[in-house]
Amino acid sequence: MISFRRLAKTCLTGTILSLSLLLGTSANAQDGKTLFQTNCASCHAVNKKMTGPALAGVEDRWPDKTKLHAWIKNSAAFLKTGDAYANNLYNEYNKTAMNLFPNFTDKEIDAILGYIKTVPAPGTGPATAANPADAKGQEGDNTLLFGILTLILAVVALTLLQVNANLKKLADDREGHPSVEPVPFWKNKSYIALVTVILFVIGGYWTSVGAMGLGRSKDYQPEQPIYYSHKVHAGVNQINCQYCHVGVYQGKQATIPSVNICMNCHMAINEYKGEKIYNEEGQEVNATAEIKKLYKYAGFEEGKPWDASKAKPVEWARIHNLPDHVYFNHSQHVKAGQVACQTCHGEIQKMDEVKQFTDLSMGWCINCHRTTQVQFKDNGFYSIYEKYHQDLKSGKLDSTKGITVAKIGGTECQKCHY
Amino acid sequence: MEQKKHWQSFGELNQSEAYNKDVKDEFKEELPFVSEESASFLGTKAPRRDFLKYLGFSTAAAAVAASCEMPVKKAIPFANKPEDIVPGISKYYATTYVQDGDVVSVLAKVRDGRPIKIEGNDLSPLTKGGTSARVQASVLDLYDTARLRFPTIEGKEVTFEAIDKAVASSLSGPVVIVTSTITSPSTKEAISQFLAKYPGSRHVTYDAISYSGILLANEATYGKKAIPSYHFENAKAIVSIGADFLGTWLSPIEFAKQYATGKKLDEKNPEMSKHIHFESVASLTGSNADEKYLHRPSETGAVVAALLSAVNGQGAAGISDAKLKAGIEKAAKMLAANKGAALVVAGSNDVNVQIAVNAINEAIGAGGKTIDWSATSNIRQGVDADFAKLVEDMNAGSVGSLFIHGANPAYSWFDADKFKAALKKVKTTVSFNSKLDETAELCKFVIPDHNYLESWGDAEATTGHYSFLQPTIYPLFKTRQWQDSLLKWAGNPSDYLAFLKTFWSAKLGGESGWNKALQDGVLNPSAGTLASASFNSSAVANAVTALGSGKKGGKIELVLYEKIGIGAGQGAANPWLQELPDPVTRATWDNYVIVSPALAKTLLDIDLNNGGQADSYEVNPPKKVVKVTVNGKSVELPALIIPGTHPDTIAIAVGYGRSEKLGKSVVGTGKNAFPFATLSGASVSFVNTDVTIVSTGEKYPVALTQTHSRYDTEQGNRTEVMKELTLAAYKENPTEIRDEREAELKPYGGLEKFESQGTIYPVYDRPGIKWGMSVDLNTCTGCAACVVACNAENNVSVVGKPEVLRGHEMHWLRIDRYFSGDMDNPNVVFQPLMCQHCDNAPCENVCPVAATNHSSEGLNQMTYNRCIGTRYCANNCPYKVRRFNWADYTGADSFPNNQEGIVNDVVLDMNDDLTRMVLNPDVTVRSRGVIEKCSFCVQRLQEAKLKAKKESRPMVDSDLKVACQQACPTNAINFGNANDKQSSISKTRKENPNRQFYVLEQLHVLPNVTYMAKVRNADEAHEAGKEKKGAEKKEEKKEHA
Repeated sequence: MISFRRLAKTCLTGTILSLSLLLGTSANAQDGKTLFQTNCASCHAVNKKMTGPALAGVEDRWPDKTKLHAWIKNSAAFLKTGDAYANNLYNEYNKTAMNLFPNFTDKEIDAILGYIKTVPAPGTGPATAANPADAKGQEGDNTLLFGILTLILAVVALTLLQVNANLKKLADDREGHPSVEPVPFWKNKSYIALVTVILFVIGGYWTSVGAMGLGRSKDYQPEQPIYYSHKVHAGVNQINCQYCHVGVYQGKQATIPSVNICMNCHMAINEYKGEKIYNEEGQEVNATAEIKKLYKYAGFEEGKPWDASKAKPVEWARIHNLPDHVYFNHSQHVKAGQVACQTCHGEIQKMDEVKQFTDLSMGWCINCHRTTQVQFKDNGFYSIYEKYHQDLKSGKLDSTKGITVAKIGGTECQKCHY
Repeated sequence: MEQKKHWQSFGELNQSEAYNKDVKDEFKEELPFVSEESASFLGTKAPRRDFLKYLGFSTAAAAVAASCEMPVKKAIPFANKPEDIVPGISKYYATTYVQDGDVVSVLAKVRDGRPIKIEGNDLSPLTKGGTSARVQASVLDLYDTARLRFPTIEGKEVTFEAIDKAVASSLSGPVVIVTSTITSPSTKEAISQFLAKYPGSRHVTYDAISYSGILLANEATYGKKAIPSYHFENAKAIVSIGADFLGTWLSPIEFAKQYATGKKLDEKNPEMSKHIHFESVASLTGSNADEKYLHRPSETGAVVAALLSAVNGQGAAGISDAKLKAGIEKAAKMLAANKGAALVVAGSNDVNVQIAVNAINEAIGAGGKTIDWSATSNIRQGVDADFAKLVEDMNAGSVGSLFIHGANPAYSWFDADKFKAALKKVKTTVSFNSKLDETAELCKFVIPDHNYLESWGDAEATTGHYSFLQPTIYPLFKTRQWQDSLLKWAGNPSDYLAFLKTFWSAKLGGESGWNKALQDGVLNPSAGTLASASFNSSAVANAVTALGSGKKGGKIELVLYEKIGIGAGQGAANPWLQELPDPVTRATWDNYVIVSPALAKTLLDIDLNNGGQADSYEVNPPKKVVKVTVNGKSVELPALIIPGTHPDTIAIAVGYGRSEKLGKSVVGTGKNAFPFATLSGASVSFVNTDVTIVSTGEKYPVALTQTHSRYDTEQGNRTEVMKELTLAAYKENPTEIRDEREAELKPYGGLEKFESQGTIYPVYDRPGIKWGMSVDLNTCTGCAACVVACNAENNVSVVGKPEVLRGHEMHWLRIDRYFSGDMDNPNVVFQPLMCQHCDNAPCENVCPVAATNHSSEGLNQMTYNRCIGTRYCANNCPYKVRRFNWADYTGADSFPNNQEGIVNDVVLDMNDDLTRMVLNPDVTVRSRGVIEKCSFCVQRLQEAKLKAKKESRPMVDSDLKVACQQACPTNAINFGNANDKQSSISKTRKENPNRQFYVLEQLHVLPNVTYMAKVRNADEAHEAGKEKKGAEKKEEKKEHA
């Protein structure tokens, strides 16, 4: 019995170790990619010009890596140095200023650049391809491999145990020891117990995962009364988010635009002439007809002056639903925290119909609060944290990590629940 | 247990048996699952198997529910967004609280189109941002489900056109307009236009609690039928004879503000005003007085006459009671010594008393110093004789039509039956009251007025001080401002808004001036000098003679008084005010007969010095019912024993026993005491000098809160909480309190090192912000404005009388009343007590789910969604400030109708969709089964921080006021960032090291609320000092034990 126990223990430890190693390595490999997606992807693609240039080969284009770092951290300040390459770039892209990332550490920038290098140029064959989706697939394969391996080992262990028991019985018989009739393994209490425990753990895991998912609706993409494309408005036509979401710098709600805001432009724009739009099912959307739908809500007849008082509100299907006991303030994040819209809403400028990008779970909030730095040096409010300022100067606090939201109490209950 | 200096209840004073048993239990009722020992386990109410069944069912149900699709929710924006409204951001509009004569300039916090909170307007030089409990509660009246929703003719709904037509055809002269005091100049103009149209008509002002005595006395002595403005801030010596000027008399917010300036103590130069109070029944003002003397109500005249003669140097003649006589002489001496800085006020409605008071004020040079005749007060203009004459006229049939606005004589007139009979003889009766009150019920036409938050208007509380009203919400119902009706019927083509605008634009230099005045809410006169008026002393001699020959009182005398919350009945339909514990009696939801401890002994057979009897009286809510009879009219009410009441006096609060049509909260609450008033001469007297009182032998439960929230066990001894000393003692040894604290904490490192040495835990850094509060017990008058403000700001539930009886009241902030000294005439200290946000909080350690924990800013955080309701925290809280939700009082659960049968109608009414509009959307509505408590208004703290962050600057004091601080009329509450050396909380703490103390500091819970000890301006320095030393000894003993 002792040998059996030891064997089982070894097996279990081995499995756990290998699984945790697997998860650990995959998390490390993701860093640059995550950083890229949360911070850069709203304006840059690796192989395609968007708001900003395609980033493939960016390190080769820039003459000096330190200059590149300076540019990424604070493009406005770098422009002032009069660097020719930077200024050309700025002019080339219609003087669209690049967002400032003063909180990026050199390490993080390198991680992003590293990630960009790993993305292959389009057109290269799938054999050498290592684009993100495939990488994910491979990771999935690995897990499967380990799973199969574990299973085989488990079967082998079982068989060996069985053989061991039979041999022991034979030996006992030979030596004349009275021996008990061997219990078949499906009646063996140890096996039953083991199986029960395993089933309980797996069942428990799925139950808790399921329970935690209650009320979460990541990727929720309801059908809206008007087929409104963020891609056309925010992406193609570059309308600032704040033009329609007027409350985003001021209050809790970013606010869904009222009909009169739509009509500011659509009194003149009465037909859609852009690229064809396809919905999720792949059918073409008649965007001009959608504009007419808006006219119906607005009570607007073309050619006649519009009476705003006749407008009826559009009853949009609500996508982002925070529970009532959570206090969330857009202005806190966008104005005070300088967080980009895309961090939480995804690449909204690429979405025709909006879907929920994150799961809006508390874990997701907290994780961001743990890693995101506040505008510690730039915002005058934080001048009262004299001790932290001193510690940053003296190096007592790691200046690359800076002061995160959590450090100033941003993970405490009553920051969001009251 | 040793005797403590301060006591909250008789049981505590006597250390009686039932008291000691009672305080052992945190919760007053039996726990539901405790079964009798003999019954088997399965026989209990909720056996284990049932529990498992429910558990299984709920899990399965949750699983089924979870597998369903999420419902599609709508997000509906504006169709046409107004430019200045951003959803989720509150706007503050200046307006004016106007109720009968009361005028308070306020700001209405409007959130997404609905007013949810009333705050004081700092721009008003009268109230200076102060409010009262009634002002704070007034926002709930807007959402009252009992408000009239449309105009009616004989109870049937009609349109405005129809009612205008019907009234026009049936108007017959002469028309009489009866209103409560009108302070609005434009309304007066509208009335005069109407009266001009119907010759022979007149306007009669009727105040339920009138100040006819003062008005007529001033007419006799100063030639002006007006009330001057009083300036308590200029008075070093204040004598009040039954005037409750901090609670209900005239303009309490204004007076409290002034009074507090004289009570604010500068530690370096400790000088205070001195206030001597003469009264018959314990009142809020009497409780705050430095010295208090009791007299019979029938002696009021004699006391005033004696004071007049003493001030004139002729000694206090005609007073037989030696103590009282000494008090009068002392008061006279004090007044004489402070000539030009002294003030005498009296609450009596007797003209002669007020004439004598005027004579005293003349003698002490009050005119132009503490009494200002250059700006008179307009808030009470009614003279009772005018109304009495109107009733006669109506009876004689010489009144054709009667309009009523604000006034409610069918309830509050002493001879209401006569008025009702007279009303029947009037052909056309129109009521503009916004609810179907006792008078409106009897009127043929009812055109409900807007709530003040829906109205346009103006008010002139004191001559030259204008305050404006603007609507803060679109009218909820088919109501119309009554001025519109008047103008329409007067044939004026413009509506009231246009009329008002024209009226003011002319005076203010056009549209822009009007807009500015509306935005500020006030228009103030340039600061002038105070003026006296020429005094005509001819009436004084007669008045004094009349006072001398006054009727002797019978065996027992009755005083009718107003409660700070209910007033003359205006607050009766407001659940917040009904559930507000009266500061003096600590009772809710009822009126009652106040009797003295001495009378209780003879009348009720309750000897409070006898432990057992005190217990049966105090620990059990049912109180003995007494029957009070005057002239054949009688009322049966429970009796409450209140120390500080004259032995031969009883008192009943008016404002109760209202018509059930006013709302759920008046049902079964109290009885009407107005019929006991009498008309004497030209004014109604609220004193009845000869009543009979008998005990009926029955009992009636009264929801008293003073005996709640106490705890005394071996694990947590109840020790002296209050610190109080006299000014003389303070001058003698300014560091007395500090020394006392030092001695107490010496074994644990003394004051300086107590935080680090008193514990085995590490001391945590508080970088950035550390919130702190300071409460000055010297300026706190106990007026309870903060309590109601807290209710409104934090969605604190109303629980109803049956729940208060069980100790389930939810108030996050309570005001404790402490007595000390003589049982018959004790000193009183009020102490607002809320969560102390201890840095070493005992509640946090015992929570099994970490639902309550500490923030880096020093907040003791409560997370409702984590709370599983073990109540360990409430049990372990030494201050008893945590409240448990026993029922779903505010309808937070998603199950419909799950409160029915559990809570009473008042609570259900608070859950109506209309009433719920008052809820603050920034504060979670707590559901059943969780603990809640003061959060230091964390939603305001977060808002203030965010505001500063958005402007990229450090937070400053002006960014933030917590609700209780904002409401306080005396600025007794101070709040802010204690880490900021420039904040007022830091300065207050630094400047008052001697008076500062923490409640139960010796427990090392490290509260973030500091109190500043009450300093009473009394002479007895040494006596108090001795008792203090006794207390120290007791503490030492405990340490050894």
